[in-house]
Amino acid sequence: MNRFAALLDRLAYEPRRLGKLALLEDYFRATPDPDRGWALAAMTGALSFKNAKAGLIRTLAAERADPVLFGLSYDFVGDLAETVALMWPGGDARANAALSLTDVVEGLRTTPKQELPAVVAQWLDRLDENGRWALLKLITGALRIGVSARLARTAMARLGGRAPDEIEEVWHADAPPYRRLFAWLEGRAEPPSVATIVRYYPPMLSHPIEPDEFDALDPADFCAEWKWDGVRVQAAAGRDAGGARTAKLFSRTGEDASGAFPDLLAGFDFDAVLDGELLIRREGRVQDFNTLQQRLNRKTVTPKLMAEFPAFIRVYDLLALGDDDLRALPFAARREKLEAFIAQHPFAPIDLSPLIAFKSWDDLAFARAEPAGAGAGVDVEAVEGVMIKRRDAPYLAGRPKGYWFKWKRDPMVIDAVLMYAQRGSGKRSSFYSDYTFGVWTEAGELTPVGKAYFGFTDEELIELDRFVRNNTENRFGPVREVAHTKTKGLVLEVAFEGLQRSTRHKSGLAMRFPRISRIRWDKHPRDADTIGALEKLLGAGAAKR
Amino acid sequence: MQPAHILHPRPEGLYCPKADLYVDPTRPVPRALITHGHSDHARAGHGSVLATAETLAIMAARYGPGFAGSTQVLAYGEPLKIGEVTFTLHPAGHVLGSAQAAAECGGVRVVASGDYKRQGDPTCAPFEVVPCDVFISEATFALPVFSHPPAEHEVTKLLASVRMFPDRAHIVGAYALGKAQRVMAELRRAGWDKPIFAHGALMALTKLYQDHGADLGEVRPVETAPKSFYAGAVVLGPPSALQTPWVRRFPDPVTCFASGWMRIRARARRCGVELPLVISDHADWRDLQRTILDTGAGEIWVTHGEADALAHWCGTQGLNAKALHLVGYGDEENEAGAAA
Repeated sequence: MNRFAALLDRLAYEPRRLGKLALLEDYFRATPDPDRGWALAAMTGALSFKNAKAGLIRTLAAERADPVLFGLSYDFVGDLAETVALMWPGGDARANAALSLTDVVEGLRTTPKQELPAVVAQWLDRLDENGRWALLKLITGALRIGVSARLARTAMARLGGRAPDEIEEVWHADAPPYRRLFAWLEGRAEPPSVATIVRYYPPMLSHPIEPDEFDALDPADFCAEWKWDGVRVQAAAGRDAGGARTAKLFSRTGEDASGAFPDLLAGFDFDAVLDGELLIRREGRVQDFNTLQQRLNRKTVTPKLMAEFPAFIRVYDLLALGDDDLRALPFAARREKLEAFIAQHPFAPIDLSPLIAFKSWDDLAFARAEPAGAGAGVDVEAVEGVMIKRRDAPYLAGRPKGYWFKWKRDPMVIDAVLMYAQRGSGKRSSFYSDYTFGVWTEAGELTPVGKAYFGFTDEELIELDRFVRNNTENRFGPVREVAHTKTKGLVLEVAFEGLQRSTRHKSGLAMRFPRISRIRWDKHPRDADTIGALEKLLGAGAAKR
Repeated sequence: MQPAHILHPRPEGLYCPKADLYVDPTRPVPRALITHGHSDHARAGHGSVLATAETLAIMAARYGPGFAGSTQVLAYGEPLKIGEVTFTLHPAGHVLGSAQAAAECGGVRVVASGDYKRQGDPTCAPFEVVPCDVFISEATFALPVFSHPPAEHEVTKLLASVRMFPDRAHIVGAYALGKAQRVMAELRRAGWDKPIFAHGALMALTKLYQDHGADLGEVRPVETAPKSFYAGAVVLGPPSALQTPWVRRFPDPVTCFASGWMRIRARARRCGVELPLVISDHADWRDLQRTILDTGAGEIWVTHGEADALAHWCGTQGLNAKALHLVGYGDEENEAGAAA
């Protein structure tokens, strides 16, 4: 565990991307199989233990620590694994060395459930603080060391002087601890073969467009589509070598999401790879992201859930058809093939993302402002802007410049009053950084309308944290009630992407993607907005929609 | 005699009605007793200030000689009677001149400890246990996750990194009063005999420490020089300077930070710290507990920090405890921990 724990520790404190890559590459070179493969699996989120989960750690902590002190500590640190690693009475680094990462992974995989708490407790007793942290991080899965799966694979690619995209394409042909991938990169074996067409292609991403960029672009060179507020996915289906039909649904990062969407997979009766947006459609209307999230949040997929949240994919690109990789074709040619493909597969849980007709950028600006009247119709609640794509753009992995642009709708903004604050997790841990804010009712009281935990700068966070600590009126466990009268309190300018009716919120409204856009130190709470102003925004949105 | 008649919390700070005096008031008052020189405890603008000579010197260095209407020195252990109340100051081990304030009246003794630590510190007098009936404690690090390793251990870690990267400069963020000078003294103890470089903002207080007898060796202000001049150097600066263009004058700087908050990874990462040094001038969880038990006090008042946790623990020990939730303290450590 020593080498793995040291790697995680150093990665956590290395702010530079190149520094992280160097640390990872060194580790992959110096560490034998299968340890390095398990480490890679941990960093790419590919490790999960049926019997060893966060609950196990909570149980162990509860048996040994005062529950109140544990609760306060966890609230402060904002990370379960780190809290327990810091609180657990210490062992020493020699024990780290005696226990290999593979021992730990095998132990976590194979130890029977009832014996596991004792095994983990015994490891924790022996390991030093860093070793404990690494072990607990393995169990919770959330490493929080600033390494994305993509970065880990990029470091791995360097072993063989390969491009990261080459790894991503063959990634699904191997499984932890990735002996075949390492063997290929080190020139000891052929690349793992990706059977059939059912494979993941690293997606093409877009750049936000700035208003002053339009002058240099000729509208005739571009197509435009709605930017759908769903989840980017890739649908891949075909026949394997034996002729059996296989199908997969990949997330944007290449994770296999098939398990959560059996209803979609059942309808993947085609031989192609499609790029599109996962959405929910009810009564003929595409639903907003809040609704989609309710399905995404569920761990178990029941027939009831599938009926209540019927998913489909609105496709906008065709990456492969039959045995042909189409990515080198220009966008316009792929689009033609895509339209023909959709027409031939009327029963698949897919439909075509329509193009927006426009002649000038002003036309497009109008469509962006009034999507309902410009073709989005009843699906307007799921539109978060427009996508602009060059007609001659090939499909390139990553975020190439000059081909695809996103042009989001302007956010809505209100002034609200800070009401409650709570400490955050992750990088905001130990600061009061989760803010519940409210607006005035007709009766002259504040009613909470949302919660935001980003949008502010690091300096503003320090000021906000101090404001919360110095203006606390009440404490409810980890939640602090902050002074909020007409004359005493803090006004926050909150930006958000949309507003929906919600039965889950006291105010009856739910914001999409709220964030603190400005701190209004200059305003009195009494000057903040009213619920009436929000209702008006809701009305305005609905009229547009 | 009710302890609350000797000291009780008011919005301005802890107040002694019998002597009409506040301890570490956060806004200007006619009469203040100041436990130590950190800016959240020692503010300018009071009518009269009672403190150790070192604390008064620190306040004068920070705010100028006219920081209060009048000043009065009270040495450690020397009794001063104001009305019916007898005050004494006792070393708190926090920074140079830091003191606990004991107030005694009618056979009841209340100790307001200010900020304190039990770890050794070559730059100030060690904490003295003062038996009392009511002990008023801070709770900055009052959670079981906080255990401060010995400072020697952290300085060894720093010097090991300096040896490992001889071409880079190590920039150590350290609070200007106390932490910076303690780190310098610990570096000398660990055998570092090269000049220690310091940001201009640290020089005045460092000189004050040296004038009070701290053995810090050669401390040189950072000056314009070719980058290579600072290869292998240890440079101290205020935490706020770590993320400013100031650090660009050094060769491939390694960002270090000396603070108790460095125990928490997210805090360290927020300020872009590559080498966290867990060196604190506050008591950690175990030392808070040990100190409370050592004083023999039956009643514990907790001023600021993780007051709920410390009060809860006191309850499990059968001690009467309450959280005062005083406002305005602890920003010194917080700013240090949050500099970004």
